[in-house]
Amino acid sequence: MDFGKLFELVVAASLINNFVFTRFLGLCIFFGVSKKMETAVGMSITFTAVMVVSAAMSWIVYEYIMIPLDLTFLKIIIFIGIVAAFVQSADTIMKKVSPALYYKLGVYLALITTNCIILAVPLINAGEKYNFLESIAFGFGSGLGFALALVIMASIRERLETADVPAPFRGLAISFVIAGLIALAFTGFSGLITL
Amino acid sequence: MATEAKAHELIVSVSPHVRGKETVGRIMWTVNLSLLPAFVMAVYYFGPRAAYVTGLCILTAVLSEHIYQISLNRKTTIGDGSAFLTGLLLGLNLPASVPFYIPVIGSFIAIVITKLLFGGLGYNIFNPALIGRAFLLISFPKLMTIWTEPTARFVALDAKTTATPLGILKEGGLSQLMQVFGDKTELYMSLLSGNRAGSLGETSAIALLIGAAILLYRGYITWHIPLSFLATVGVIAWIFGGQGGLFTGDPVIHLISGGLLLGAFFMATDYVTCPTIRKGQVIFGIGCGAITMLIRLKGGFPEGVMFAILLMNCFAPLIDRGVKSEIFGAIKEQKK
Repeated sequence: MDFGKLFELVVAASLINNFVFTRFLGLCIFFGVSKKMETAVGMSITFTAVMVVSAAMSWIVYEYIMIPLDLTFLKIIIFIGIVAAFVQSADTIMKKVSPALYYKLGVYLALITTNCIILAVPLINAGEKYNFLESIAFGFGSGLGFALALVIMASIRERLETADVPAPFRGLAISFVIAGLIALAFTGFSGLITL
Repeated sequence: MATEAKAHELIVSVSPHVRGKETVGRIMWTVNLSLLPAFVMAVYYFGPRAAYVTGLCILTAVLSEHIYQISLNRKTTIGDGSAFLTGLLLGLNLPASVPFYIPVIGSFIAIVITKLLFGGLGYNIFNPALIGRAFLLISFPKLMTIWTEPTARFVALDAKTTATPLGILKEGGLSQLMQVFGDKTELYMSLLSGNRAGSLGETSAIALLIGAAILLYRGYITWHIPLSFLATVGVIAWIFGGQGGLFTGDPVIHLISGGLLLGAFFMATDYVTCPTIRKGQVIFGIGCGAITMLIRLKGGFPEGVMFAILLMNCFAPLIDRGVKSEIFGAIKEQKK
Protein backbone atom coordinates (compact mmCIF):
# COMPACT_ATOMS: atom_id res chain seq x y z
CA MET A 1 0.00 0.00 0.00
CA ASP A 2 1.35 3.35 -0.99
CA PHE A 3 0.49 6.05 1.52
CA GLY A 4 2.44 8.67 -0.43
CA LYS A 5 0.15 8.25 -3.40
CA LEU A 6 -2.95 8.49 -1.20
CA PHE A 7 -1.66 11.65 0.45
CA GLU A 8 -0.83 13.15 -2.93
CA LEU A 9 -4.34 12.35 -4.11
CA VAL A 10 -5.91 14.11 -1.13
CA VAL A 11 -3.72 17.21 -1.59
CA ALA A 12 -4.19 17.25 -5.34
CA ALA A 13 -7.97 16.94 -5.14
CA SER A 14 -8.37 19.49 -2.36
CA LEU A 15 -5.86 22.22 -3.25
CA ILE A 16 -4.18 21.86 -6.60
CA ASN A 17 -7.17 20.73 -8.60
CA ASN A 18 -9.74 22.21 -6.26
CA PHE A 19 -13.07 21.41 -7.90
CA VAL A 20 -14.56 24.83 -7.34
CA PHE A 21 -11.60 27.01 -8.22
CA THR A 22 -9.93 25.10 -11.03
CA ARG A 23 -12.70 23.03 -12.60
CA PHE A 24 -15.60 25.33 -11.70
CA LEU A 25 -17.88 22.48 -10.64
CA GLY A 26 -20.47 22.51 -7.89
CA LEU A 27 -21.00 26.24 -8.16
CA CYS A 28 -24.72 26.18 -7.37
CA ILE A 29 -24.21 24.93 -3.82
CA PHE A 30 -21.02 26.95 -3.53
CA PHE A 31 -22.86 30.22 -4.08
CA GLY A 32 -26.07 29.03 -2.48
CA VAL A 33 -24.89 28.20 1.01
CA SER A 34 -21.79 30.38 1.38
CA LYS A 35 -23.73 33.37 2.63
CA LYS A 36 -23.36 32.45 6.29
CA MET A 37 -20.55 30.66 8.07
CA GLU A 38 -22.90 28.41 10.00
CA THR A 39 -24.58 26.93 6.93
CA ALA A 40 -21.24 26.70 5.16
CA VAL A 41 -19.75 24.60 7.94
CA GLY A 42 -22.82 22.34 8.12
CA MET A 43 -22.72 21.84 4.39
CA SER A 44 -18.99 21.12 4.42
CA ILE A 45 -19.31 18.32 6.99
CA THR A 46 -22.28 16.70 5.29
CA PHE A 47 -20.70 17.06 1.87
CA THR A 48 -17.40 15.45 2.80
CA ALA A 49 -19.14 12.52 4.47
CA VAL A 50 -21.45 11.88 1.52
CA MET A 51 -18.53 12.27 -0.88
CA VAL A 52 -16.44 9.57 0.78
CA VAL A 53 -19.28 7.06 1.09
CA SER A 54 -20.60 7.58 -2.42
CA ALA A 55 -17.10 7.30 -3.89
CA ALA A 56 -16.66 3.98 -2.10
CA MET A 57 -20.09 2.65 -3.11
CA SER A 58 -19.70 3.70 -6.72
CA TRP A 59 -16.32 1.98 -6.87
CA ILE A 60 -17.74 -1.29 -5.54
CA VAL A 61 -20.65 -1.23 -7.97
CA TYR A 62 -18.41 -0.24 -10.87
CA GLU A 63 -15.78 -2.87 -10.17
CA TYR A 64 -17.96 -5.84 -9.23
CA ILE A 65 -21.17 -5.27 -11.16
CA MET A 66 -20.66 -2.95 -14.09
CA ILE A 67 -17.33 -4.20 -15.42
CA PRO A 68 -18.24 -7.93 -15.27
CA LEU A 69 -21.59 -7.26 -16.92
CA ASP A 70 -20.06 -4.90 -19.46
CA LEU A 71 -22.32 -2.07 -18.42
CA THR A 72 -19.72 0.70 -18.21
CA PHE A 73 -21.53 2.76 -20.86
CA LEU A 74 -24.31 3.27 -18.31
CA LYS A 75 -22.05 4.76 -15.69
CA ILE A 76 -23.58 8.24 -15.60
CA ILE A 77 -27.10 6.95 -14.95
CA ILE A 78 -25.98 4.31 -12.47
CA PHE A 79 -23.79 6.69 -10.49
CA ILE A 80 -26.61 9.21 -10.26
CA GLY A 81 -28.85 6.40 -9.04
CA ILE A 82 -26.35 5.28 -6.42
CA VAL A 83 -25.83 8.78 -5.05
CA ALA A 84 -29.56 9.54 -4.99
CA ALA A 85 -30.40 6.25 -3.31
CA PHE A 86 -27.67 6.67 -0.73
CA VAL A 87 -28.58 10.25 0.10
CA GLN A 88 -32.28 9.43 0.35
CA SER A 89 -31.71 6.46 2.63
CA ALA A 90 -29.22 8.41 4.75
CA ASP A 91 -31.85 11.10 5.07
CA THR A 92 -34.50 8.63 6.26
CA ILE A 93 -32.21 6.71 8.61
CA MET A 94 -30.82 9.88 10.15
CA LYS A 95 -34.31 11.18 10.80
CA LYS A 96 -35.14 8.03 12.76
CA VAL A 97 -31.83 7.40 14.51
CA SER A 98 -30.59 10.86 15.29
CA PRO A 99 -33.22 13.59 14.97
CA ALA A 100 -30.87 16.20 16.46
CA LEU A 101 -28.25 15.61 13.78
CA TYR A 102 -31.00 15.49 11.17
CA TYR A 103 -32.27 18.93 12.02
CA LYS A 104 -28.76 20.28 11.87
CA LEU A 105 -27.54 18.69 8.65
CA GLY A 106 -30.65 17.20 7.02
CA VAL A 107 -31.44 20.23 4.92
CA TYR A 108 -28.13 19.97 3.13
CA LEU A 109 -28.56 16.31 2.22
CA ALA A 110 -31.30 16.95 -0.31
CA LEU A 111 -29.22 19.67 -1.96
CA ILE A 112 -26.20 17.41 -2.34
CA THR A 113 -27.98 14.98 -4.65
CA THR A 114 -27.97 17.57 -7.39
CA ASN A 115 -24.35 18.60 -6.98
CA CYS A 116 -22.06 18.00 -9.94
CA ILE A 117 -18.93 17.24 -7.91
CA ILE A 118 -20.68 14.25 -6.37
CA LEU A 119 -21.15 12.84 -9.87
CA ALA A 120 -17.77 13.99 -11.17
CA VAL A 121 -15.79 12.15 -8.51
CA PRO A 122 -17.07 8.59 -9.29
CA LEU A 123 -16.70 9.32 -13.00
CA ILE A 124 -13.10 10.48 -12.56
CA ASN A 125 -12.40 7.51 -10.28
CA ALA A 126 -13.69 5.17 -12.97
CA GLY A 127 -11.87 7.01 -15.75
CA GLU A 128 -8.52 7.07 -13.94
CA LYS A 129 -8.95 3.42 -12.81
CA TYR A 130 -8.21 4.24 -9.16
CA ASN A 131 -8.34 1.32 -6.73
CA PHE A 132 -10.63 1.22 -3.73
CA LEU A 133 -8.46 3.21 -1.31
CA GLU A 134 -7.41 5.70 -3.97
CA SER A 135 -11.06 6.28 -4.81
CA ILE A 136 -11.83 7.00 -1.18
CA ALA A 137 -8.81 9.29 -0.89
CA PHE A 138 -9.86 11.17 -4.00
CA GLY A 139 -13.41 11.49 -2.70
CA PHE A 140 -12.18 12.69 0.67
CA GLY A 141 -9.82 15.22 -0.93
CA SER A 142 -12.59 16.54 -3.15
CA GLY A 143 -14.88 16.92 -0.17
CA LEU A 144 -12.17 18.66 1.78
CA GLY A 145 -11.43 21.01 -1.13
CA PHE A 146 -15.10 21.88 -1.43
CA ALA A 147 -15.32 22.45 2.31
CA LEU A 148 -12.29 24.73 2.16
CA ALA A 149 -13.78 26.71 -0.71
CA LEU A 150 -17.10 27.08 1.11
CA VAL A 151 -15.57 28.21 4.38
CA ILE A 152 -13.24 30.75 2.71
CA MET A 153 -16.10 32.10 0.67
CA ALA A 154 -18.41 32.38 3.67
CA SER A 155 -15.82 34.25 5.71
CA ILE A 156 -15.22 36.69 2.85
CA ARG A 157 -18.90 37.23 2.18
CA GLU A 158 -19.60 37.86 5.85
CA ARG A 159 -16.85 40.45 5.86
CA LEU A 160 -18.30 42.12 2.78
CA GLU A 161 -21.73 42.45 4.35
CA THR A 162 -21.06 46.05 5.37
CA ALA A 163 -19.06 46.97 2.29
CA ASP A 164 -20.23 49.70 -0.02
CA VAL A 165 -20.52 47.53 -3.13
CA PRO A 166 -22.08 49.31 -6.13
CA ALA A 167 -25.78 48.37 -6.41
CA PRO A 168 -25.60 46.27 -9.61
CA PHE A 169 -22.84 44.16 -8.09
CA ARG A 170 -24.42 43.36 -4.76
CA GLY A 171 -25.15 39.75 -3.83
CA LEU A 172 -24.38 37.09 -6.38
CA ALA A 173 -22.50 39.29 -8.82
CA ILE A 174 -19.76 40.30 -6.41
CA SER A 175 -19.59 36.67 -5.25
CA PHE A 176 -18.73 35.61 -8.77
CA VAL A 177 -16.03 38.28 -8.88
CA ILE A 178 -14.62 36.99 -5.58
CA ALA A 179 -14.68 33.40 -6.84
CA GLY A 180 -12.82 34.50 -9.95
CA LEU A 181 -10.16 36.29 -7.94
CA ILE A 182 -9.72 33.30 -5.60
CA ALA A 183 -9.40 31.07 -8.66
CA LEU A 184 -6.66 33.43 -9.88
CA ALA A 185 -4.82 32.95 -6.60
CA PHE A 186 -5.25 29.17 -6.79
CA THR A 187 -3.48 29.04 -10.16
CA GLY A 188 -0.31 29.47 -8.09
CA PHE A 189 -0.64 25.83 -7.09
CA SER A 190 -0.65 24.63 -10.69
CA GLY A 191 2.13 22.24 -11.61
CA LEU A 192 2.72 21.32 -7.99
CA ILE A 193 1.83 17.64 -8.28
CA THR A 194 1.27 16.01 -11.62
CA LEU A 195 -0.92 12.97 -11.28
CA MET B 1 -21.12 63.49 11.54
CA ALA B 2 -21.25 67.20 11.17
CA THR B 3 -20.18 69.19 14.14
CA GLU B 4 -22.76 71.74 15.16
CA ALA B 5 -21.56 74.89 16.80
CA LYS B 6 -24.37 77.22 17.80
CA ALA B 7 -24.71 80.38 19.79
CA HIS B 8 -24.19 78.70 23.16
CA GLU B 9 -20.91 77.33 21.90
CA LEU B 10 -21.63 73.87 23.11
CA ILE B 11 -20.05 71.53 20.61
CA VAL B 12 -21.92 68.30 20.17
CA SER B 13 -20.16 65.56 18.29
CA VAL B 14 -19.79 61.81 18.38
CA SER B 15 -16.63 60.14 19.58
CA PRO B 16 -13.68 60.03 18.98
CA HIS B 17 -13.02 63.48 20.41
CA VAL B 18 -9.26 63.40 20.43
CA ARG B 19 -7.78 62.73 17.06
CA GLY B 20 -4.23 61.83 16.07
CA LYS B 21 -2.36 63.47 13.27
CA GLU B 22 -2.31 60.33 11.16
CA THR B 23 -4.61 60.16 8.18
CA VAL B 24 -4.97 57.64 5.40
CA GLY B 25 -3.33 60.11 3.06
CA ARG B 26 -0.36 60.69 5.33
CA ILE B 27 0.32 56.98 5.70
CA MET B 28 -0.14 56.20 2.02
CA TRP B 29 2.14 59.01 0.84
CA THR B 30 4.79 57.92 3.34
CA VAL B 31 4.62 54.39 1.95
CA ASN B 32 4.95 55.86 -1.55
CA LEU B 33 7.98 57.80 -0.40
CA SER B 34 9.54 54.74 1.20
CA LEU B 35 9.38 53.01 -2.17
CA LEU B 36 11.41 55.83 -3.73
CA PRO B 37 14.82 54.13 -3.15
CA ALA B 38 13.58 50.99 -4.91
CA PHE B 39 12.23 53.11 -7.74
CA VAL B 40 15.51 55.02 -8.13
CA MET B 41 17.44 51.75 -8.23
CA ALA B 42 15.00 50.42 -10.83
CA VAL B 43 15.67 53.45 -13.06
CA TYR B 44 19.40 53.12 -12.38
CA TYR B 45 19.53 49.51 -13.51
CA PHE B 46 16.81 49.34 -16.12
CA GLY B 47 16.98 52.81 -17.62
CA PRO B 48 14.23 55.29 -18.55
CA ARG B 49 11.99 52.39 -19.52
CA ALA B 50 11.49 51.63 -15.81
CA ALA B 51 10.17 55.13 -15.18
CA TYR B 52 7.96 54.85 -18.26
CA VAL B 53 6.36 51.54 -17.20
CA THR B 54 5.87 52.64 -13.59
CA GLY B 55 4.53 56.03 -14.63
CA LEU B 56 2.03 54.43 -16.95
CA CYS B 57 0.83 52.17 -14.12
CA ILE B 58 0.40 55.09 -11.73
CA LEU B 59 -1.32 57.24 -14.34
CA THR B 60 -3.84 54.52 -15.25
CA ALA B 61 -4.50 53.64 -11.63
CA VAL B 62 -5.19 57.23 -10.58
CA LEU B 63 -7.19 58.04 -13.70
CA SER B 64 -9.40 54.95 -13.52
CA GLU B 65 -10.15 55.57 -9.84
CA HIS B 66 -11.01 59.20 -10.61
CA ILE B 67 -13.21 58.42 -13.61
CA TYR B 68 -15.01 55.60 -11.80
CA GLN B 69 -15.83 57.75 -8.80
CA ILE B 70 -16.83 60.80 -10.81
CA SER B 71 -19.11 58.75 -13.03
CA LEU B 72 -20.81 57.24 -9.98
CA ASN B 73 -21.29 60.67 -8.42
CA ARG B 74 -18.98 59.90 -5.55
CA LYS B 75 -16.27 61.90 -3.96
CA THR B 76 -12.99 61.16 -5.65
CA THR B 77 -10.39 59.66 -3.34
CA ILE B 78 -7.29 59.92 -5.50
CA GLY B 79 -5.85 62.50 -3.11
CA ASP B 80 -5.21 59.91 -0.39
CA GLY B 81 -2.47 58.28 -2.41
CA SER B 82 -3.78 54.74 -2.28
CA ALA B 83 -4.42 54.54 -6.01
CA PHE B 84 -0.97 56.03 -6.57
CA LEU B 85 0.50 53.34 -4.30
CA THR B 86 -1.33 50.54 -6.14
CA GLY B 87 0.01 51.84 -9.45
CA LEU B 88 3.51 52.22 -8.07
CA LEU B 89 3.56 48.71 -6.58
CA LEU B 90 2.22 47.18 -9.78
CA GLY B 91 4.82 49.07 -11.81
CA LEU B 92 7.63 47.86 -9.56
CA ASN B 93 6.34 44.30 -10.04
CA LEU B 94 6.53 44.33 -13.84
CA PRO B 95 9.47 43.44 -16.09
CA ALA B 96 11.07 46.38 -17.87
CA SER B 97 10.32 45.26 -21.39
CA VAL B 98 6.51 45.07 -21.33
CA PRO B 99 4.56 46.91 -24.07
CA PHE B 100 2.41 49.88 -23.06
CA TYR B 101 -0.91 48.04 -22.80
CA ILE B 102 0.32 45.68 -20.06
CA PRO B 103 0.57 48.37 -17.33
CA VAL B 104 -2.71 49.90 -18.49
CA ILE B 105 -4.68 46.64 -18.32
CA GLY B 106 -3.04 45.60 -15.06
CA SER B 107 -3.75 48.89 -13.33
CA PHE B 108 -7.34 48.88 -14.49
CA ILE B 109 -7.92 45.35 -13.13
CA ALA B 110 -6.17 46.25 -9.90
CA ILE B 111 -8.10 49.43 -9.21
CA VAL B 112 -11.55 48.83 -10.65
CA ILE B 113 -12.12 45.08 -10.28
CA THR B 114 -10.15 44.40 -7.12
CA LYS B 115 -10.70 47.58 -5.14
CA LEU B 116 -13.56 49.78 -6.28
CA LEU B 117 -16.10 47.04 -7.01
CA PHE B 118 -15.75 45.90 -3.43
CA GLY B 119 -16.52 49.35 -2.13
CA GLY B 120 -13.17 51.11 -2.35
CA LEU B 121 -10.28 51.37 0.06
CA GLY B 122 -10.84 49.39 3.24
CA TYR B 123 -13.12 46.74 1.77
CA ASN B 124 -11.00 44.98 -0.82
CA ILE B 125 -10.27 41.34 -0.02
CA PHE B 126 -7.14 41.06 -2.14
CA ASN B 127 -4.10 43.23 -2.58
CA PRO B 128 -5.01 45.18 -5.75
CA ALA B 129 -1.48 45.40 -7.18
CA LEU B 130 -0.94 41.66 -6.77
CA ILE B 131 -4.23 40.75 -8.43
CA GLY B 132 -3.25 43.06 -11.27
CA ARG B 133 0.05 41.26 -11.65
CA ALA B 134 -1.43 37.75 -11.29
CA PHE B 135 -4.00 38.62 -13.93
CA LEU B 136 -1.25 39.80 -16.29
CA LEU B 137 0.93 36.76 -15.60
CA ILE B 138 -1.91 34.36 -16.43
CA SER B 139 -3.14 36.36 -19.42
CA PHE B 140 0.22 37.27 -20.99
CA PRO B 141 2.61 34.57 -19.73
CA LYS B 142 5.17 35.22 -22.50
CA LEU B 143 5.37 39.00 -22.17
CA MET B 144 5.42 38.88 -18.39
CA THR B 145 8.44 36.60 -18.21
CA ILE B 146 10.83 38.34 -20.58
CA TRP B 147 13.51 39.56 -18.19
CA THR B 148 16.07 41.99 -19.55
CA GLU B 149 19.58 42.15 -18.22
CA PRO B 150 20.26 45.28 -16.17
CA THR B 151 22.70 47.62 -17.89
CA ALA B 152 23.05 50.15 -15.07
CA ARG B 153 24.02 53.86 -15.11
CA PHE B 154 20.54 55.12 -16.09
CA VAL B 155 21.01 54.22 -19.77
CA ALA B 156 18.48 52.55 -22.00
CA LEU B 157 18.40 48.78 -22.21
CA ASP B 158 19.94 46.93 -25.10
CA ALA B 159 17.16 44.39 -24.55
CA LYS B 160 19.43 41.48 -23.86
CA THR B 161 17.17 38.92 -22.22
CA THR B 162 18.22 36.60 -19.47
CA ALA B 163 16.69 34.56 -16.65
CA THR B 164 16.03 35.66 -13.08
CA PRO B 165 18.18 34.10 -10.34
CA LEU B 166 15.23 32.06 -9.10
CA GLY B 167 14.50 30.97 -12.67
CA ILE B 168 18.09 29.75 -13.04
CA LEU B 169 17.88 28.06 -9.64
CA LYS B 170 14.72 26.24 -10.71
CA GLU B 171 16.05 25.16 -14.10
CA GLY B 172 19.70 24.43 -13.48
CA GLY B 173 20.18 24.38 -9.73
CA LEU B 174 22.71 26.13 -7.55
CA SER B 175 25.75 25.16 -9.60
CA GLN B 176 24.44 26.95 -12.67
CA LEU B 177 23.59 30.00 -10.60
CA MET B 178 27.21 30.06 -9.45
CA GLN B 179 28.43 29.82 -13.03
CA VAL B 180 26.37 32.84 -14.07
CA PHE B 181 27.32 35.08 -11.15
CA GLY B 182 30.86 33.87 -10.41
CA ASP B 183 31.30 33.06 -6.76
CA LYS B 184 29.06 33.32 -3.75
CA THR B 185 30.13 36.78 -2.59
CA GLU B 186 29.53 38.16 -6.04
CA LEU B 187 26.10 36.54 -6.13
CA TYR B 188 25.16 38.06 -2.78
CA MET B 189 26.48 41.48 -3.84
CA SER B 190 24.45 41.40 -7.06
CA LEU B 191 21.33 40.38 -5.19
CA LEU B 192 21.80 43.04 -2.52
CA SER B 193 22.51 45.92 -4.90
CA GLY B 194 19.96 44.80 -7.45
CA ASN B 195 22.25 44.09 -10.37
CA ARG B 196 20.24 41.15 -11.66
CA ALA B 197 17.28 40.41 -13.86
CA GLY B 198 13.82 40.61 -12.37
CA SER B 199 10.82 42.83 -11.86
CA LEU B 200 11.70 46.51 -11.74
CA GLY B 201 11.46 47.20 -8.05
CA GLU B 202 12.21 43.83 -6.53
CA THR B 203 15.87 43.55 -7.50
CA SER B 204 17.61 45.84 -5.05
CA ALA B 205 17.45 44.32 -1.58
CA ILE B 206 19.21 47.29 0.07
CA ALA B 207 16.85 49.88 -1.39
CA LEU B 208 13.86 47.85 -0.21
CA LEU B 209 15.32 47.45 3.27
CA ILE B 210 15.83 51.23 3.53
CA GLY B 211 12.17 51.73 2.67
CA ALA B 212 11.10 49.04 5.11
CA ALA B 213 13.18 50.67 7.86
CA ILE B 214 11.33 53.95 7.32
CA LEU B 215 7.97 52.23 7.64
CA LEU B 216 9.01 50.28 10.73
CA TYR B 217 10.45 53.42 12.33
CA ARG B 218 7.26 55.37 11.73
CA GLY B 219 5.23 52.47 13.09
CA TYR B 220 3.19 52.13 9.91
CA ILE B 221 4.00 48.44 9.73
CA THR B 222 4.84 46.13 12.61
CA TRP B 223 7.38 43.36 12.62
CA HIS B 224 4.82 40.56 12.89
CA ILE B 225 4.08 39.82 9.25
CA PRO B 226 7.50 40.55 7.65
CA LEU B 227 9.46 38.70 10.32
CA SER B 228 7.27 35.59 10.41
CA PHE B 229 7.16 35.60 6.59
CA LEU B 230 10.92 35.92 6.15
CA ALA B 231 11.75 33.52 8.99
CA THR B 232 9.50 30.82 7.55
CA VAL B 233 11.07 31.21 4.11
CA GLY B 234 14.55 31.12 5.63
CA VAL B 235 13.92 28.01 7.71
CA ILE B 236 12.24 26.08 4.90
CA ALA B 237 14.99 27.10 2.45
CA TRP B 238 17.61 25.93 4.94
CA ILE B 239 15.93 22.57 5.59
CA PHE B 240 14.58 21.63 2.16
CA GLY B 241 16.39 24.00 -0.24
CA GLY B 242 19.63 22.08 -0.58
CA GLN B 243 20.38 19.43 -3.17
CA GLY B 244 22.53 17.31 -0.89
CA GLY B 245 19.75 16.48 1.53
CA LEU B 246 18.10 18.13 4.50
CA PHE B 247 19.62 21.16 6.26
CA THR B 248 21.99 21.98 3.42
CA GLY B 249 20.04 24.74 1.69
CA ASP B 250 21.19 28.33 1.44
CA PRO B 251 18.55 30.54 3.05
CA VAL B 252 20.23 33.81 2.03
CA ILE B 253 19.72 33.26 -1.70
CA HIS B 254 16.02 32.63 -1.16
CA LEU B 255 15.66 35.58 1.21
CA ILE B 256 17.14 38.27 -1.00
CA SER B 257 16.09 37.06 -4.42
CA GLY B 258 12.73 37.18 -6.11
CA GLY B 259 10.05 39.51 -4.89
CA LEU B 260 10.27 38.37 -1.28
CA LEU B 261 11.42 41.62 0.37
CA LEU B 262 9.07 43.75 -1.69
CA GLY B 263 6.22 41.36 -0.90
CA ALA B 264 6.96 40.84 2.78
CA PHE B 265 7.40 44.51 3.70
CA PHE B 266 5.18 46.37 1.29
CA MET B 267 2.42 44.06 0.11
CA ALA B 268 1.71 41.41 2.73
CA THR B 269 1.47 44.21 5.31
CA ASP B 270 -1.36 45.97 3.49
CA TYR B 271 -3.72 46.94 6.33
CA VAL B 272 -6.87 46.04 4.47
CA THR B 273 -5.99 42.58 3.28
CA CYS B 274 -4.09 41.12 6.23
CA PRO B 275 -5.57 39.98 9.56
CA THR B 276 -6.01 42.79 12.07
CA ILE B 277 -5.06 40.84 15.19
CA ARG B 278 -1.35 40.39 15.94
CA LYS B 279 -1.57 36.66 16.55
CA GLY B 280 -3.42 36.33 13.25
CA GLN B 281 -0.73 38.35 11.51
CA VAL B 282 1.94 35.90 12.62
CA ILE B 283 -0.15 33.00 11.29
CA PHE B 284 -0.62 35.00 8.07
CA GLY B 285 3.14 35.52 7.71
CA ILE B 286 3.96 31.88 8.35
CA GLY B 287 1.36 30.82 5.80
CA CYS B 288 2.78 33.24 3.22
CA GLY B 289 6.29 31.90 3.80
CA ALA B 290 5.25 28.25 3.60
CA ILE B 291 3.28 28.68 0.37
CA THR B 292 6.08 30.78 -1.16
CA MET B 293 8.62 28.04 -0.56
CA LEU B 294 6.20 25.30 -1.63
CA ILE B 295 5.77 27.02 -4.99
CA ARG B 296 9.46 27.92 -5.34
CA LEU B 297 10.73 24.42 -4.57
CA LYS B 298 7.97 22.23 -5.98
CA GLY B 299 5.56 24.36 -8.00
CA GLY B 300 5.25 25.21 -11.66
CA PHE B 301 6.34 28.84 -11.22
CA PRO B 302 9.86 29.95 -10.25
CA GLU B 303 8.51 32.61 -7.88
CA GLY B 304 5.69 32.16 -5.41
CA VAL B 305 5.53 35.33 -3.31
CA MET B 306 2.67 36.84 -5.28
CA PHE B 307 0.48 33.73 -5.17
CA ALA B 308 1.34 33.10 -1.53
CA ILE B 309 0.18 36.55 -0.46
CA LEU B 310 -2.97 36.30 -2.59
CA LEU B 311 -3.82 32.88 -1.16
CA MET B 312 -3.31 34.09 2.38
CA ASN B 313 -5.46 37.13 1.53
CA CYS B 314 -8.30 34.63 0.95
CA PHE B 315 -7.71 33.21 4.40
CA ALA B 316 -7.34 36.54 6.22
CA PRO B 317 -11.02 36.93 7.20
CA LEU B 318 -11.02 33.32 8.38
CA ILE B 319 -7.85 33.81 10.44
CA ASP B 320 -9.39 36.89 12.02
CA ARG B 321 -12.42 34.85 13.04
CA GLY B 322 -10.24 32.11 14.46
CA VAL B 323 -8.01 34.22 16.69
CA LYS B 324 -10.67 36.61 17.91
CA SER B 325 -10.08 37.05 21.62
CA GLU B 326 -12.89 36.50 24.07
CA ILE B 327 -14.47 39.49 25.71
CA PHE B 328 -13.29 39.70 29.29
CA GLY B 329 -15.92 38.45 31.70
CA ALA B 330 -18.26 37.32 28.96
CA ILE B 331 -20.37 34.25 29.61
CA LYS B 332 -20.02 31.55 26.99
CA GLU B 333 -23.04 31.06 24.83
CA GLN B 334 -24.87 27.92 25.83
CA LYS B 335 -24.79 25.24 23.17
CA LYS B 336 -28.12 23.82 22.20
